[in-house]
Amino acid sequence: MPGYLEPGPLDAPQETGTGPGPEPKPDAAVVRDALGVGIAVGLSGFAFGVTSAGAGLSVLQTCALSLLVFTGASQFALVGALAAGGNPFTAAAGAFFLGVRNAFYGLRLSQLLRLPGPVRPLAAQWVIDETTAVALAQPTRRAARIGFTVTGLSLYALWNLTTLAGALGAEALGDTGAWGLDAAGPAVFLALLAPMLRTATERMTAGLAVVLGLGFLPVLPAGVPVLVAALTAPAVLWLEGRRRTADRTTAAHKTVAGKAAAAKATGADAAEAEVAARKAAARRKGSDR
Amino acid sequence: MNIWIAIGVTAVGCYLVKLLGLLVPAGVLERPLVQRLAALLPVGLLAALTAQQTFSANGALVLDPRGAGLAAAALALVLRAPFLVVVAAAVAVTAGVRAIGG
Repeated sequence: MPGYLEPGPLDAPQETGTGPGPEPKPDAAVVRDALGVGIAVGLSGFAFGVTSAGAGLSVLQTCALSLLVFTGASQFALVGALAAGGNPFTAAAGAFFLGVRNAFYGLRLSQLLRLPGPVRPLAAQWVIDETTAVALAQPTRRAARIGFTVTGLSLYALWNLTTLAGALGAEALGDTGAWGLDAAGPAVFLALLAPMLRTATERMTAGLAVVLGLGFLPVLPAGVPVLVAALTAPAVLWLEGRRRTADRTTAAHKTVAGKAAAAKATGADAAEAEVAARKAAARRKGSDR
Repeated sequence: MNIWIAIGVTAVGCYLVKLLGLLVPAGVLERPLVQRLAALLPVGLLAALTAQQTFSANGALVLDPRGAGLAAAALALVLRAPFLVVVAAAVAVTAGVRAIGG
């Protein structure tokens, strides 16, 4: 689906070349790589089509989402929130925040692809996890452009066709719950989340978000608990920043104390060194706020 | 009508953030804190969404066969299964447990 990253591609891009300059890669090889991603991921539009129809959206609404939104996690989040009876703006806000990461992909891509101005509004719709991963993994600008275009085109075409098939199929299936299809949405989210949980910071954010998301669910209107859970990201970053500042301050104190001791040992004016140390500490405290 | 409003707002918002990345000069979004926040935001959102869509129904917390399905998906992920296999495992196990009467 648009939004799923196979573990790996973004982690180790552009490190495959051994020579000093980028090694050219045959166009056919780039196309093959891009089609592999586009087809494998594009097929999962079926799961979205089924989930969306199961959530009560019409075939037209389901297809409009895949055509116009085209970023998988946001689409799943939106239909999930609507199914839970969320207010349309709350539901859209959750989906929107999930899509914000694409702006950062666009930034990387614009430097890499150097697209001419008039093309950018068209290319923008394809700025998602998979196209970025494929483009960043290419050794040259030409290969990156081919990779981006082929991945974008094949994924967009297939994702929309399979969305339609899923939406139509769901109507034929009847009760999607009996087929276990209501588990597709959370499984998709988990598959997207898993490769992101690399360090303690990410795991702490995820754990807190689960607690808040479930804890507030019975008491806040549908869709709002997810937005509350999203606040764990800035909260964890803030806590992390504070801890790092505290570590730095402790380390700096040690250095200053060491200098004072050294000054004493060499017979320099130790009192002067102490005063300087205290002044430095005061300055640091002030600037840390 | 509410659904169409939600679709419209999401489509416009998601398109504009995609375009923003391609149009803004490098440097504006390159501050480390902004980058860290953008990377961490989906983690919180996806974790909360996974938990909610597995363990809730009609605004209440519930434990039903979807929990078993999610566990199967987690196992598939640990085994580095491809995306479609992960989703299929969750769907199949949920349907199986439900059929047995879980």
